[in-house]
Amino acid sequence: MTENFSIRKYLRDLKLPFCPGCGIPTIMNTFLRAVHELGYENLNNFVFCSGIGCSSWIPSPYFNADSIHTPHGRSIPVATGIKLLHPKLNVVVFGGDGDIVGIGMSHFIHAARRNLDILVIMVNNMVYGMTGGQVAPTTPFKTKTATTPYGSFEQPLDATRLAVAAGACYSARWTTAHSNDLKESIKKAIQTKGFRFIEVVSQCPTAYGRRAGFKNIAEMLKWFKENSVPIHQAEKTSEKELEKRIIIGEFVERRRPTIGETIHAMIKEVQMNAEQN
Amino acid sequence: MRIAKPNTCFWQGSKACAEGAITAGCRFFAGYPITPASEIAEHMARRLPQVGGIAIQMEDEMASIGAIIGASWAGTKAMTATSGPGFSLMQEFIGYAFMTETPCVIVNAQRAGPSTGQATKCGQGDVMQSRWGTHGDYSAIVLSPNSVQEMFTLTVRAFNLAEKYRTPVILLSDETITHMREQITVPSVNNVEIVNRRKPRRGEKAFFGLEEIPPMPAVGEGFNVAVTGSTHDEYGIRFTADPLVHIKLVKRLNSKIRNNSNEISDFEEYNIEDCQIGVISYGCTSRAIYEAVEKAESKGVKTGYIRLKTIWPFPGNVVRKMVENANKIIVPELNLGQIRYEVEKASNGLAKVIPLNKIGGGELITPEELLATILKEAKTND
Ligand SMILES: Cc1ncc(C[n+]2csc(CCOP(=O)(O)OP(=O)(O)O)c2C)c(N)n1
Ligand code: SF4
Ligand SMILES: [Mg+2]
Repeated sequence: MTENFSIRKYLRDLKLPFCPGCGIPTIMNTFLRAVHELGYENLNNFVFCSGIGCSSWIPSPYFNADSIHTPHGRSIPVATGIKLLHPKLNVVVFGGDGDIVGIGMSHFIHAARRNLDILVIMVNNMVYGMTGGQVAPTTPFKTKTATTPYGSFEQPLDATRLAVAAGACYSARWTTAHSNDLKESIKKAIQTKGFRFIEVVSQCPTAYGRRAGFKNIAEMLKWFKENSVPIHQAEKTSEKELEKRIIIGEFVERRRPTIGETIHAMIKEVQMNAEQN
Repeated sequence: MRIAKPNTCFWQGSKACAEGAITAGCRFFAGYPITPASEIAEHMARRLPQVGGIAIQMEDEMASIGAIIGASWAGTKAMTATSGPGFSLMQEFIGYAFMTETPCVIVNAQRAGPSTGQATKCGQGDVMQSRWGTHGDYSAIVLSPNSVQEMFTLTVRAFNLAEKYRTPVILLSDETITHMREQITVPSVNNVEIVNRRKPRRGEKAFFGLEEIPPMPAVGEGFNVAVTGSTHDEYGIRFTADPLVHIKLVKRLNSKIRNNSNEISDFEEYNIEDCQIGVISYGCTSRAIYEAVEKAESKGVKTGYIRLKTIWPFPGNVVRKMVENANKIIVPELNLGQIRYEVEKASNGLAKVIPLNKIGGGELITPEELLATILKEAKTND
């Protein structure tokens, strides 16, 4: 099965828009490889929602599938309407760090709290890539960006842990230097029920790399590799030592009733009672 | 218990709106609490599950309209209801619904703004926002009910127009019409005209423009529809720089409404071809015109009126007909003057436009006040 993987069968015949060396195509490719390994011959069982940003272009319109490219930060509400009405479809959201946990933060938390049965894949390039490299809620402390020329004066957000706190059934973080782990994680997430979140730390050579002090892409990937700490190891490490590190791995796996299951059971009950009356 | 039974009832406007929506086929509602629209959400929350539908309270108004847009692409008729502050938050998504040709209904029960203003008091200050609130070149369909009955019938019509033209439709109500209770005749479902969006045939691929109003698939039907608020071609493929793709798309989206404005626009008219004084009004304010005009006529003043049931597209041609005779047009509004500018534009200097405005405290313009203005203007007629 793995041998005859061809990304092209899942894609429209269009030229991809990403910069050379960008991490997004790796994530796109890894996602489709996971889908292939799960045995999906096409994307007919999927609906993709994404907001605005380079990362949000992953499915739209490149995936040969239903895709809804929403306003910036608003993919999750649109996915909510779709998923509640089509419980059987696999609804997958792609978005950048700005899209999902900047402008769209509240929808992210509420979808996790409601346990909406969707998979959210967030490309964390630590920056607002599409708009030219401004500071993001995920930008590491003291890093220079277009709007923090003297270094960022804010602490970055840990989205993966936030998802756990908000109620996600699956939450994991990887980097583009861990594509095999990422692939297996996506496969697991697709097969899990409930709100699922995967954060992928990714390189944006164009709008982040140089300004943040990386000479080239190889250096960024090396940094990802060397600074990644597996979660079980991180649990034994002091907070101080973990500063500026990327904690990777699966943060939570659990089962809770989804909002869809609860709503549809309620509708059934209401209708039965109405008929009896 | 399914669909409201044909009957004469005594209902609140909000209930008439909710029941109208259900009759029209609405099966998804998402909203965020706000006075004076909350009762619509509450009614939907109770009623939709009974007919197999879903009502959900979202985290804010952007999420609410986002969810109904998702529902619409899931193939379900959907509605949200809000008031001024929430309506402002929805503006980005209203443009998105227009650009992606997503049928949906947005109810705005107006209250006194700007900002939180007088949150529980009636106002009509969102007339221009309902037309020009989102960014970019667009055209709006905005309906204005003036009774509990019309909260029902115009909600049904809002859905029908949304489905027919594949565009968001705004039901611009106000606190008075939404909260008041009065008699309403609930029609039997079989006697209500219901329009459903045109679906594509198997194998069709152009959902964004080979025709003026293209067919609309739902997700999950195997059409692989690519929906985007960015400029796109007939197949939904993004073109963010090509001027011709943009011109073609945006002109079609606007002209599908403008070319059909005669069919969309709806109004009540009285004596417009033989009046010396005209009154043009809409929503709660228009409830004063009947008595005022009748009394003015009994005092010998030839008076006529246009009562707008659709504010946008604005029926300029009817105003032009009115000014062939009338030399003064009074425009009462619960704002500092909004639709009067549209009346001025349409009357093109042939009639003097006299605004009659009131704001604050939710006080309405009374028939007596309108009558006094009519009589005063008739007396000073030159
Ligand atoms: C409401 C709104 N505000 C701002 C923008 C401009 N904008 C476009 S993309 C973007 C940020 C993208 O950052 P991210 O989501 O991290 O995606 P990336 O490009 O980094 O993948 C912004 C601010 C917009 N499109 N809409
Ligand atoms: S700007 Fe950055 S994130 Fe966007 S495509 Fe280029 S490298 Fe990738
Ligand atoms: Mg980013």
